[in-house]
Amino acid sequence: MASEYAIELKNITKRFGTILANDNVNLTVKYGEILSVLGENGSGKTTLMNMISGIYFPDHGQIFINGEEVVIRSPKDAFAHKIGMIHQHFKLVDVLNATENIVLGLNEGKKFDIKESAKRVAEICEQFGFELDPYKKIYEMSVSEKQTVEIIKVLYRGADVLILDEPTAVLTPQETQKLFRVLRKMRDNGKAIIIITHKLHEVLSLSDRVSVLCKGKYIGTVNTAETNESELTEMMVGKKISLNIHRSVPKDPQDRLVIRHLNCINREGVKQLDDVSFTAKSGEILGIAGIAGSGQKELLEAIAGLQRLASGEILYLNPQTGKTDNLRDKTPQQIRDLGVRLSFVPEDRLGMGLVGNMDIVDNMMLRSYRKGKSGFLKRKQPKNLAESVIEQLEVVTPSAATPVRRLSGGNVQKVLVGREIAESPTVFMAAYPVRGLDINSSFLIYNLLNEQKENGVAVIFVGEDLDVLLELCDRILVIGSGRVAGIVDGRTATKEEVGLLMTKGANHLQEGAAHE
Amino acid sequence: MSKKNKPEKSTQEPLFHIVKRSGLVWWKSWLIRLAAIVLALIFSGIVAFLLTKENPISLYATMIDGALGTKRRVWSLLQNLAMLLCVSLAITPAFKMRFWNIGAEGQVLIGGLATTACMILFGNKLSSPVLILVMIVTSILAGAIWAIIPAYFKAKWQTNETLFTLMMNYIAIQTVSCFVYKWSVPKGSGKIGEINGATQAGWLPSIGGNKYLLNILIVLALTIALYIYLKYSKHGYEISVVGESEKTANYIGINVKKVIIRTMFLSGALCGIAGFLLVAGADHTLTTDTAAGRGFTAIMVSWLAKFNPVYMIFASLLLVFLEKGAIEISTVFGLNKAFSEIITGIIIFFIIGSEFFINYSIQFRESAKEEQK
Repeated sequence: MASEYAIELKNITKRFGTILANDNVNLTVKYGEILSVLGENGSGKTTLMNMISGIYFPDHGQIFINGEEVVIRSPKDAFAHKIGMIHQHFKLVDVLNATENIVLGLNEGKKFDIKESAKRVAEICEQFGFELDPYKKIYEMSVSEKQTVEIIKVLYRGADVLILDEPTAVLTPQETQKLFRVLRKMRDNGKAIIIITHKLHEVLSLSDRVSVLCKGKYIGTVNTAETNESELTEMMVGKKISLNIHRSVPKDPQDRLVIRHLNCINREGVKQLDDVSFTAKSGEILGIAGIAGSGQKELLEAIAGLQRLASGEILYLNPQTGKTDNLRDKTPQQIRDLGVRLSFVPEDRLGMGLVGNMDIVDNMMLRSYRKGKSGFLKRKQPKNLAESVIEQLEVVTPSAATPVRRLSGGNVQKVLVGREIAESPTVFMAAYPVRGLDINSSFLIYNLLNEQKENGVAVIFVGEDLDVLLELCDRILVIGSGRVAGIVDGRTATKEEVGLLMTKGANHLQEGAAHE
Repeated sequence: MSKKNKPEKSTQEPLFHIVKRSGLVWWKSWLIRLAAIVLALIFSGIVAFLLTKENPISLYATMIDGALGTKRRVWSLLQNLAMLLCVSLAITPAFKMRFWNIGAEGQVLIGGLATTACMILFGNKLSSPVLILVMIVTSILAGAIWAIIPAYFKAKWQTNETLFTLMMNYIAIQTVSCFVYKWSVPKGSGKIGEINGATQAGWLPSIGGNKYLLNILIVLALTIALYIYLKYSKHGYEISVVGESEKTANYIGINVKKVIIRTMFLSGALCGIAGFLLVAGADHTLTTDTAAGRGFTAIMVSWLAKFNPVYMIFASLLLVFLEKGAIEISTVFGLNKAFSEIITGIIIFFIIGSEFFINYSIQFRESAKEEQK
């Protein structure tokens, strides 16, 4: 019975339709260690963990806990086996406070006493070094505090095995360090910790062992102390790929879009954009760096005519006519009627950029269907466009008549970017265009952005990976809490410099929230 | 528990789990639907036998006889089919736009009221072709106005269209009831009776002695027109985009408010035509029951057919056939009307249930398969 492993997975296989998400995966984790599950987006990491935490049920294979075979049918079963998962997207009730969220759904068989619960929450905080007010409401919390609530929720239920799905995706570098300190403390307390990630430096600094998945297949497990970044990358992608993104010198850059003093206030009265001013030039890529939710979305949507502004000007310098137009408070249709060729790849691809239930041809038509006086649709041109996008961007799809929701994330993005480029824009905006894409698709997108730049398009690229921003962009605008924290030269700026600017802006809003 | 000869098989594994299918070949999905109908007939046969001790085969024979037994019955079936189809067509553009128009009942009644008003007020003053033209235009406008009111409020203030259109039904019913009293013949009887019975002014002409044929042909033409409109016109495309994702519609610059109002105009106009056909082409009178619940049954037809006007022909046929057949069973075997509704309910349950098996497959655990051997 006494096994050296807290959890052992043997030959786990899971299929979604025709997609093999996990193919005979083996995995072990011991008490008192941190195991990283490393893999690119879509390599099956989350699927695998969801099977341990009872969200999915494996098609084949076995799960052993402390050496005994178990069946995990629901998250409840997982908790009974002392397994807890912290999901990437938090599952909290906004209007309740931390303690209420933590005890929600728990039946301890005795009278509920919030004070006692809060005391236990405080004890857990003390033990592992969390900072949390047990009575703070969720809607008043920063992302990092919400994550803390999720972790305590799992610990409160007595979990010995903790699974964290991409826990650092939403955190600032400082918050990440804090999280890592807590995780190390939990490990030293004898907990088994699994963290899902695709960030190599985190793997190397935090974990004891690393298991690597690639396209649903189990590649192997190595001790962190005996490996290095290039070996892990090789395991992850199958072959060595260096992040050598091509960057040409901008040719004859001219002001194309001049943004002046934008202010935007949302329904709750919170300032989303705070006096934002910058200029986007033709023939260059302007990067926008910042922690998620710092106003990037509002900024791009304001330019695209989808966001109401409190004040400010968006001036477009038309290269054909030489005229200057103010795009503020214009609808997307009015902007197009002015002769502004503005393409926009939004963050929410299927919810905004495309229609999931329509096929590729009909999605290609979204931008162009109005052309011509006839009341009827002409599907010939969109069909040709769809076929050329499928061919040139190597979209993997059964046919052009396949609904886009059936495609994988990378292929969805190729369809969207392909359509936007086909409009031969003068301004091209892309929000997180490589999120969820594998390395090859990401590079395809970088190349497309570079191509646009060389054609004299003003490219605005909102990204999250600082390495990419620093290698791809000519200039980088750093945004924090809706303010421009600084604009740096992409060729000379360092990662630390940009990271520092990002957090500087963020702290301004979260004063007192998380003291370092 | 004793069968532990294979250690890697777990005895606690659930017996089956549900897996989403990724698209099924068309003939397989139709096979599943066909199987559902066969199963439904067998199951309702058993229920019928247990409840009535009648031979299920003779029950079904009576059903077919009730729906198709005589020439008159076939015409009546086709007329009912056409009317249900017409209302289903009417609500479909709105439903495709995810605008839950459950006010078709009221829109049809108001259309019928407009037709009736024209027949009574202008019956002796206008020549027949002019009168019918006036009737068509007013009934279209009446239905459209009834539909545009909730659409405008939805577009302007995001009111809940489901409640709004539902409430409009009651207003329509009361309005009709008021006019029925006002125009009742003889005065105060509460019934309009046959309008212009002597002159037949405003009656749709019968073709080759078949009084319903014109109705049926008109609805057939509308079906084809709506199919083309939804699939091949720019308006139809905009309706789909707005229905699937309002955010996408805004993103590409579709004026969502305009599309909502325009589409509800169409929806209401088609309801108005249904009202016109019911009064001028079939009943030649107006009661509060002229729409006969078709505004609600149409919702089922539209969904069953997945908003495809051509499939709606079959969905309406099924429902009308079941209704006619079930009524016949009740009268022939002296059963009460609830019994026919039980049968209809069972069949529709199976058909809707079959959609689950088209979208998902059930995988049994391997050990269960082995045990079955």
